[in-house]
Amino acid sequence: MKANYGYMDGSGEFYITIDTDLCIECADHGCVKACPAGMFEIIVDDYDDEVAAIKEDHRKKIKYDCGPCKPVNDRPTLPCVAGCTLGALTHSW
Amino acid sequence: MITAGIDMGSKYIKVVILKDGTVLGRAMETTGFEPVESASRCLDKAIKEAGVEMSEIDHTTSTGAGRKVAPKTDSDITDVGAAAKGVVNLEKNIQTVIDIGAEEGRGIKIEADGKVVDFAVNEKCAAGAGAFAEAMSRALEVSIDEFGQLSLKSDKAIPMNAQCAVFAESEVVSLVHAKTPKHDIARAVHDAIASRIVSMVRRVGINESVALIGGVSHNPGFVDSLKRALETEVIIPENPDYIGALGAAITASERTK
Amino acid sequence: MTEKTKEFWRWKEYNWHDEAKDPKDVETISAGVDVGSVSSQAVILLDGELYAYSNMRTGSDSPNSAINAMNWAMENTGLTMDDLHYTVGTGYGRVNVPFSDRAITEIACHARGGNTMYGPTVRTILDMGGQDCKVILCDERGKVKNFLMNDKCAAGTGRGMEVFADLLAVSIEEVGELSLDVEEEPPPVSSTCVVFAKSEASSLLRDGWSKKRVLAAYCSAMAHRVVSLLERVGVEKDFAITGGIAKNSGVVVRLERELKLTSLKSKYDTQIAGALGAALFAKALVEKQRKKVAQ
Ligand code: SF4
Ligand code: SF4
Repeated sequence: MKANYGYMDGSGEFYITIDTDLCIECADHGCVKACPAGMFEIIVDDYDDEVAAIKEDHRKKIKYDCGPCKPVNDRPTLPCVAGCTLGALTHSW
Repeated sequence: MITAGIDMGSKYIKVVILKDGTVLGRAMETTGFEPVESASRCLDKAIKEAGVEMSEIDHTTSTGAGRKVAPKTDSDITDVGAAAKGVVNLEKNIQTVIDIGAEEGRGIKIEADGKVVDFAVNEKCAAGAGAFAEAMSRALEVSIDEFGQLSLKSDKAIPMNAQCAVFAESEVVSLVHAKTPKHDIARAVHDAIASRIVSMVRRVGINESVALIGGVSHNPGFVDSLKRALETEVIIPENPDYIGALGAAITASERTK
Repeated sequence: MTEKTKEFWRWKEYNWHDEAKDPKDVETISAGVDVGSVSSQAVILLDGELYAYSNMRTGSDSPNSAINAMNWAMENTGLTMDDLHYTVGTGYGRVNVPFSDRAITEIACHARGGNTMYGPTVRTILDMGGQDCKVILCDERGKVKNFLMNDKCAAGTGRGMEVFADLLAVSIEEVGELSLDVEEEPPPVSSTCVVFAKSEASSLLRDGWSKKRVLAAYCSAMAHRVVSLLERVGVEKDFAITGGIAKNSGVVVRLERELKLTSLKSKYDTQIAGALGAALFAKALVEKQRKKVAQ
């Protein structure tokens, strides 16, 4: 499943997409450890699979919570994207 | 040399008349539905106050959302560029400028000469700008001035969950129903905007010397919340509403040289 | 909030049950309750067949709203809570349903409910609720493949529409028809943000625009916004719309026009998709449980 967490408001679209089919195969859950804002958690989804998700209390403000990882100039690789060895994560902005 | 700066804001139009680095006159008008006419009126008012004639003005530069339609203009400059120029003219050491109007907020990182290094903008969502506080003060049925003052009386931090001005309004209404004191609600609202603004400004980096300009700088409750969120002092230059117009007038004089 | 406002933005509440069916001689009675932020629905199935449902406004606390919705669905059926073999709670208040056996997200329930309501060919479900908007892509068994949710911003939700209905003092149920009663389609309202769109609308009214024209401009802005959400995940045929706004023809017609797709119609009430999905999950779960016990 592709799970899109985040939102679209007047100022733009801010989504983190998690390809949870890849999560099922994942052993080290690098995203959880990599994110300095502690935004990821591992949940058991509706189909009883163990997958990564963005915590509820971050979903409506990811544009702000991810701010420190996304300086206007010289944006480095995002820690979460680098931390996920299976390449399950993408950001829309 | 005499120059003029026109700031064509979405709510107010401001004009500054400058002679050799000294402000001779300034004026403000609501933008309304006929921005060009309002701007002409505003320009006339400022010229009158400055005691000069239109023909004596060497160069006019405009800025703001409506800068492309400004009357009697020779050149224009972006909001960000004008804000930076205006701020360093008054406060030499500033490195970070936070500019928050009714409809948008900006964080600008500048060099000593007022050159813009980086900037981040929050626009088109009322939750990240002054309109958020205005909407919440309406929900509380107090004026925006009173709302700003009220906030200072609170010593409690209540988190607000809604990240949208529309949903936050319902949240404010239910806080009122739950008998939460108005001053605590006011502070919760200002804290919420401040935390969004600070996250945005962090994207350009925050230095020791921060200046706040734009309409929201008149709201003491917001200023207080911003200082807390930034964990640093915030300098509000004099006449903060006119900074854009001042920056434009300075640009005009540089362009005539 | 004034009394006047309340009147304009209230949806109708209702319940229904199939008098031709008898809950006495069935094997499984499963139920689903969807506690949304604005409205709550309950659905009861007899051996997987729709038997009863209700739809009402969510009150100030979720547990009570869930109980009220379920009791209302059971009105005049002779059933009580004790007769329900398995109940699944869903929606924003799903963890607070006191009588449910399990909570499942509204995304999975919508996909499952949509699969039954519109048939197994449905691939894209757009749900426009009171305070959120969801896009779900699912397979032929009603399993979610891709989803996107927007519950941060009021634009594109029922709440945003209510703000407009309020401003123009028209009832929310009339918005759609009124907005379609214009000679020529006006340009859409340019601000996405409900707060800014509202000031835009006020100035349009001052400029002499009719209420209908302003509504048309807003419905088309809303349709356009929802299309961009749909495009993020990519629309696949067949396409269906559920939730409160599915009843707003002003948005639906414009949305279909922009997508160049017609949405599937269903004989069921579009607002019960989530609760229906929950009841279907409940049926599967109770059967799984029975099998385990039998082994
Ligand atoms: S960009 Fe940074 S803050 Fe955002 S999810 Fe990734 S690691 Fe976390
Ligand atoms: S409706 Fe709310 S979230 Fe959406 S743009 Fe406006 S203030 Fe922001």
